[in-house]
Amino acid sequence: MSERPSILGEPIRFVLNWGRRYSLWVFNFGLACCAIEFIATSMGRHDFIRLGVIPFAHGPRQADLMVVSGTVTDKMAPAIKRLYDQMPEPKYVISFGACSNCGGPYWDSYSVTKGVDQLIPVDVYVPGCPPRPEALLHGILRLQERIAAEQSGPGGVSRPDPVVAAREAELAALTAPPVRPPFPAEPVLPEGVVWHRDRPSSAPVLGPGGRLPVNELSADRAGAGSPFGDDETLPLPLDRISYQRPSSGPE
Amino acid sequence: MTREVVVGTGTGLDTADMVLNIGPQHPSTHGVLRLKLVLDGERVISCEPIIGYMHRGAEKLFEVRDYRQIIVLANRHDWLSAFANELGVALAVERLMGIEVPERAVWLRTALAELNRVLNHLMFLGSYPLEIGAITPVFYAFRERETLQTIMEEVSGGRMHYMFNRVGGLKEEVPAGWTRRARAAIGEVRRRLPDLDNLIRRNEIFLARTVGVGVLTAEQAAAYGASGPVARASGLDFDLRRDEPYLAYGSLSVPVVTRQEGDCHARFECLLDQVFVSLDLAETCLERVDQISGPVNVRLPKVVKAPEGHTYAWTENPLGINGYYLVSRGEKTPWRMKLRTASYANVQALSTLLPGCLVPDLIAILGSMFFVVGDIDK
Repeated sequence: MSERPSILGEPIRFVLNWGRRYSLWVFNFGLACCAIEFIATSMGRHDFIRLGVIPFAHGPRQADLMVVSGTVTDKMAPAIKRLYDQMPEPKYVISFGACSNCGGPYWDSYSVTKGVDQLIPVDVYVPGCPPRPEALLHGILRLQERIAAEQSGPGGVSRPDPVVAAREAELAALTAPPVRPPFPAEPVLPEGVVWHRDRPSSAPVLGPGGRLPVNELSADRAGAGSPFGDDETLPLPLDRISYQRPSSGPE
Repeated sequence: MTREVVVGTGTGLDTADMVLNIGPQHPSTHGVLRLKLVLDGERVISCEPIIGYMHRGAEKLFEVRDYRQIIVLANRHDWLSAFANELGVALAVERLMGIEVPERAVWLRTALAELNRVLNHLMFLGSYPLEIGAITPVFYAFRERETLQTIMEEVSGGRMHYMFNRVGGLKEEVPAGWTRRARAAIGEVRRRLPDLDNLIRRNEIFLARTVGVGVLTAEQAAAYGASGPVARASGLDFDLRRDEPYLAYGSLSVPVVTRQEGDCHARFECLLDQVFVSLDLAETCLERVDQISGPVNVRLPKVVKAPEGHTYAWTENPLGINGYYLVSRGEKTPWRMKLRTASYANVQALSTLLPGCLVPDLIAILGSMFFVVGDIDK
């Protein structure tokens, strides 16, 4: 939402960050084995409730922190995105375990999303398979340090949405001007060779939209366009074909 | 024990059934199981469990993993009883390759498998009362779990996914004095379990919520292929450790815990009594381990190839019978490793158990089926 530290001032920023980091209500997103270690971390031996992380959020709408623990499958991915969107700002995400970091042991599976950061922005990654409870405690402490260093106002820090960012990156890659080799100003011809054909001009003829006519997105017909122009009908009539054997070498 | 009172409204209200989706993310589903319910007020008309939210394609990945690497993946489908999973895979491969496992490894494996069974059951003994509303048992259960996990971590390095089994035995010899420490831990757990037992087994509210609720008859259990404590609570007396022994169970007398009622309370009691049985078995195995010396694994060639053929190995996993069908074409990786998992069969019984019950009973029944979603979806 808004980032206006200068209006609010340092004491307010300090108080907001202090409140946010020491009262994190966790939305339990336990998917797989890591959820068991998450539960073990909340139990008597390694207690994360003493850090202010409270696992009793009734749902995403009453939570600040989402701990994604376990493998993110493609079937579950829309649910994860939707539940993250239902959380109100400010919200934080800890990716717990190798599977939600990057796919983990299922990195080459056909049905696993390789990393929850493809769907939602992640603040802290905790590696391990499963990570020890002490690792989760460390991750929570790191998150608290990050929150302490935040520079934002009431709305929290806004983070880019990875799904939208991925889609935009894909669109940019497809619509970027194509990379062309540099054409020399004047071609250097070897001695004794007579060129009969018209050389192409220094720049290729561009189609509509300023792109090469070979781009399917810009053509008005299916299939790649012809580099000689889409209005050509082939075969060319005989008088338009000019071919002379290069007169080099002995006959 | 429930009394239904029909209150006449006088106007003959029209009712409509409501389709309610529980899950896939919900505090009381054990993981990502989705239940599509059709409700008439508070009563469930029909229920359809929708699985697949944890399908990670493990069986396909098995085909591109070496015989030693499949242990890593096999660990993780039933993540609460990881040792039993990797054991089944190792047994299947050893059977195909004709490897004879040394005796010390057999007894150690049995001891660790029984300890893993205790760990698995403790998890459910803690989380099931939590769903009913009793919050304290989960802390006691996890206290015992931590004690045993320390033992398992000392021997294998992992608290949950041990990866300690290898084709031909175990990864390495156990640390010096480990059996003594393990027996001490077992004694401690056995001494402290009555804390949990006295709190919940005869608790009035727990009995009211679970006795007579979700009765699964033995015929239904057999029809769905249910196994493990869920089936034994209905009177289906089948336990692979006694009936078709593998590992060292043939030399042990395994008392099998059964009940006849088949309701949620019977399933819970089966689990609780099985913990005591498993602690005794583990202690016996550890005493035998101290008397047997020898190697704990077999020297494998650099490239492990199973000969062509197929085999089916099944084990009594903590949740039920897990089968491992291994087809090999003589390569380094399995051609096909199909898993028959206990939770998959147990969850199918939900579509007969749930219709006709009230929504609070649904929570009790769902928790009492003791499934792990990774086991269902693989």
